[in-house]
Amino acid sequence: MRAFSYEKPGTLAEAAAAGAREGAKYIAGGTNLIDLMKLEIETPAHLVDVNGLGLDRIEETAAGGLRIGALVRNTDLAADPRVRRDYALLTRALVAGASGQLRNKATTAGNLLQRTRCAYFYDTNMPCNKRAPGSGCAALEGISRQLGVVGTSEACIATHPSDMAVALRALDAEIETMRADGVARSIPIGEFYRTPGETPEIETVLGAGELITGVTLPAPLGGAQLYHKARDRASYAFALVSVGLVLREDGTGRIALGGVAPMPWRVEAAEAELGEGAAAACEMLFAGARPTEQNAFKLPLAERALAALLAEARS
Amino acid sequence: MLFDTPAKENPIDRAREVGQPRPRIDGPLKVSGTARYAYEQRDVVENMAYGYPLGAAIAKGRVRAIDTAAAEAAPGVIGVLTTLDVPRHALGPMNTAMLFGGDRVEHYHQAIAVVVAESFEEARAATALLDVDYAPEPGCFDLERVAREIVGQPFCEDDALVGDFDDAFLAAPVQLDVTYRTPDQSHSMMEPHATLAAWEGDELTVWTSNQMIAWGVRDLAAALDLPRDKVRLVSPFIGGGFGGKLFVRSDVVAASLAARKVGRPVKLALPRPLIANNTTHRPATVQRLRFGATEDGKFTAFGHESTSGNLPDGGPETATQQSQFLYAAPNRLVGERLGVLDLPEGNAMRAPGEASGMMALEAAVDEMAEKLGLDPIEFRILNDTQVVPGKDTPFSQRHLADCLRLGADRFGWGERASLPARRREGRSWIGIGVAAAYRNNLLMKSGARARLQEGGGVEIETDMTDIGTGSYTIIAQTAAEMMGVPLARVTVRLGDSRYPVSAGSGGQFGGNSSTSGVYAACVALRTRIAERLGADPETAVFEEGEVRWGNSAVSLVEAASGGEIVAEDSITFKGLGEKYRQSTFGAHFVEVAVDAATAEIRVRRMLAVCSAGRILNPVTARSQVIGAMTMGVGSALMEELAVDKTRGFFANHDLAGYEVPVHADIPRQDVIFLDETDPISSPMKAKGVGELGLCGVAAAVANAVYNATGIRVRDFPITLDKLLPHMPPF
Repeated sequence: MRAFSYEKPGTLAEAAAAGAREGAKYIAGGTNLIDLMKLEIETPAHLVDVNGLGLDRIEETAAGGLRIGALVRNTDLAADPRVRRDYALLTRALVAGASGQLRNKATTAGNLLQRTRCAYFYDTNMPCNKRAPGSGCAALEGISRQLGVVGTSEACIATHPSDMAVALRALDAEIETMRADGVARSIPIGEFYRTPGETPEIETVLGAGELITGVTLPAPLGGAQLYHKARDRASYAFALVSVGLVLREDGTGRIALGGVAPMPWRVEAAEAELGEGAAAACEMLFAGARPTEQNAFKLPLAERALAALLAEARS
Repeated sequence: MLFDTPAKENPIDRAREVGQPRPRIDGPLKVSGTARYAYEQRDVVENMAYGYPLGAAIAKGRVRAIDTAAAEAAPGVIGVLTTLDVPRHALGPMNTAMLFGGDRVEHYHQAIAVVVAESFEEARAATALLDVDYAPEPGCFDLERVAREIVGQPFCEDDALVGDFDDAFLAAPVQLDVTYRTPDQSHSMMEPHATLAAWEGDELTVWTSNQMIAWGVRDLAAALDLPRDKVRLVSPFIGGGFGGKLFVRSDVVAASLAARKVGRPVKLALPRPLIANNTTHRPATVQRLRFGATEDGKFTAFGHESTSGNLPDGGPETATQQSQFLYAAPNRLVGERLGVLDLPEGNAMRAPGEASGMMALEAAVDEMAEKLGLDPIEFRILNDTQVVPGKDTPFSQRHLADCLRLGADRFGWGERASLPARRREGRSWIGIGVAAAYRNNLLMKSGARARLQEGGGVEIETDMTDIGTGSYTIIAQTAAEMMGVPLARVTVRLGDSRYPVSAGSGGQFGGNSSTSGVYAACVALRTRIAERLGADPETAVFEEGEVRWGNSAVSLVEAASGGEIVAEDSITFKGLGEKYRQSTFGAHFVEVAVDAATAEIRVRRMLAVCSAGRILNPVTARSQVIGAMTMGVGSALMEELAVDKTRGFFANHDLAGYEVPVHADIPRQDVIFLDETDPISSPMKAKGVGELGLCGVAAAVANAVYNATGIRVRDFPITLDKLLPHMPPF
């Protein structure tokens, strides 16, 4: 871990100013950042602790949705009665992630900004374009069973590890931020993450010092809301594939996938195929997929998991 | 004490303490955080500094130079020691890879430097500033390639050939020829390897985490070129070893050398990401099993060949060990081949040999039963034997068939569909599987010192270790039984090279051997006490805190009033090992559910039936067996060090990447111990059980998965991607 300076601002304006400093990084729950700092994968010169900013409420919006503060802990978000009732997909995805202890610390904003769990990203002896731009990708000729099959690039096949983000993607969440100049904006989650292309080190559209202040959910979708996380062990493992499904009584719905792409993966056009079944939807979800020999199983796995959720939703 | 004739009735048979379900006596220390593990030692030395190791970034080659200037100038740094500063050192007889010294890199994450600083954080930060110039060399990291190259070569040992296997196999009316693969596995114990090393003049003391104290002293003295009496090794508590701490590892050598260089005590732990590649692992195997049988299911030809790889001068994974003993067959071909791999050192991990061997063997036996149209349990019993196949040596005891039958009854074997993929509950395919359990019973010389303290307390000192197994407790129970005092009157001191040399913890020999050593020491102490009291040692009875003989009775308090009485002895096993084969047996039963859509496998219930002599403490023994069963589930379903064959290392080298079972994976577990004693084994009439609980579990899971789905996966672990291509459409 490199030496760093630390401050804990009390207001958003102070935080935004501090976050704009060279080498600054926000810290909330720290469940991912601290680990990465110990390994010197993240080397912030200045840590801005946002835990003094409040931002820990879940409030109803005028549009009939919910606004979730950036610092609402995953445990609290999953347990909120309004979330459980109206956004069951979000609760189900949250409790499929991490462990009870980690969910107690992890925040809504921090969860969105988790870094990949690719083994080569974590090993600083190895080439990794995401960690050390231009160094190459060891995963392409190495161990890729856990890694991405779609939305990836020649430079990087890492996945985004979040479960929560998969649910938020299906639910059309918007991410609210404050930029370093104090201006607030709202970013649809579908526009929040960037495909890796040649620059896998840049993962979101956030600008320097831009701080997530909350996440807004639109009015409830209703319908059956199901989440399946397929993994080698029953808990405390990252998804091989996860599938979030919303299926409404009129047959329309939403699908988002985890564990397959550098971001929670959703192809809106695939949702028009829901009536045709999982295979038709997955054909569109995985259009242009480039799996490796080791992770090609993710395509049939996603299709079968989706088929199972569809059957469950219709039963 | 020489143990060369079967045990007669002795004080242990009273079973007032031994065999009773006592909670572990060190439990309060552990749950209150006051049991001091190696890295938690802080007030045993003054002026302690912190070391942090650097692992090599290449798999094979040479270190040309290490620029230490930036690290040495970093805040808090006291000194830097690199592998180029010290020559290659002598290795213990069971170590293969160099631990610290010289310019050769033999495997990824080999320790090549240590930074010593005033704090852990400063040492870690400065280590990242070391600039290493490597000269990499190509290596061989692919076991499949090695196995192809050495197929047909002679076995490492060729004494397991009986009859004419080739002819018998060809002539057999029913044949099976299958190849199984088991992966490299990591011990992944909770407590990392850690050492605090302190010099006083030319004398070295290390507080460390080691299963075998006397081996540790021997090997550390050799590595540092010191007389053994200048080295003290202390290891009172060990947070899991599983064989990964049988031998001195780099933490001990590096901390000792660094402490000498900086002139201060140095504490060092291996960071979690280093453990998979810096230390040892259970080597992967490729196992070919060929069975020939008569139509009615008697083995006529039994072939089991295993190939593994290791660094030059390393040993093979002895995966065919059990195959010389488990089933009768007149013609046998059993042996191991070894190739060279440039991966980290392969070495012992819990039940070395049998753990991997039984994974393959007991799955293949189920395949053969199906070919023959026989029930898997009846097929095993049909080929059971009471003598070592081909040698006619009797087993001291062998209740394999009893274990299988009792387990079948208790587990509800009758509910199992004899044809696969017949039982469906909702979205799950349900299957039941069985496997025999087999592990050799090893015996090791073991010593102890027993002391009757003034005040009547009993104290035991031995360098035996407790790796979470319950050694403290069963040793206390043994002493309490022998001396006729309550458990609370016994103090047990372990894990210090100042105490008499014991068996140590390994090969499931520790419990039986070390308590036998304590038995011997207590017999000697009883003699001394009787002599002081003028009683006949042969007929004096020690019970209820008294020594009783004839019409006399003297309390131990009174006996010790003239000063403490001390005796020391050890048990040496001789002779019976040649006359009898000593093994432990059991049966594992598993029920699994396989998701019909995703092919995710979850274990629903498990049962182990164990035949392992006297059970010294059913609480700690059960704890050992359910832990082993859990490890078996890991072997079956998830544990695999992922070999990067391009770069030559285990890529998933942390606890997020190397998955072991979590609580949610482990359902109801039941353990039944057959009520028995084995007088051939030791005066305790006990045997090992801690490894038996692992041997066969993975095969039982595999057989249950087959029963659930009709899909036979011969490449462990059985993960969903291996099932999916064969699953019916969903």
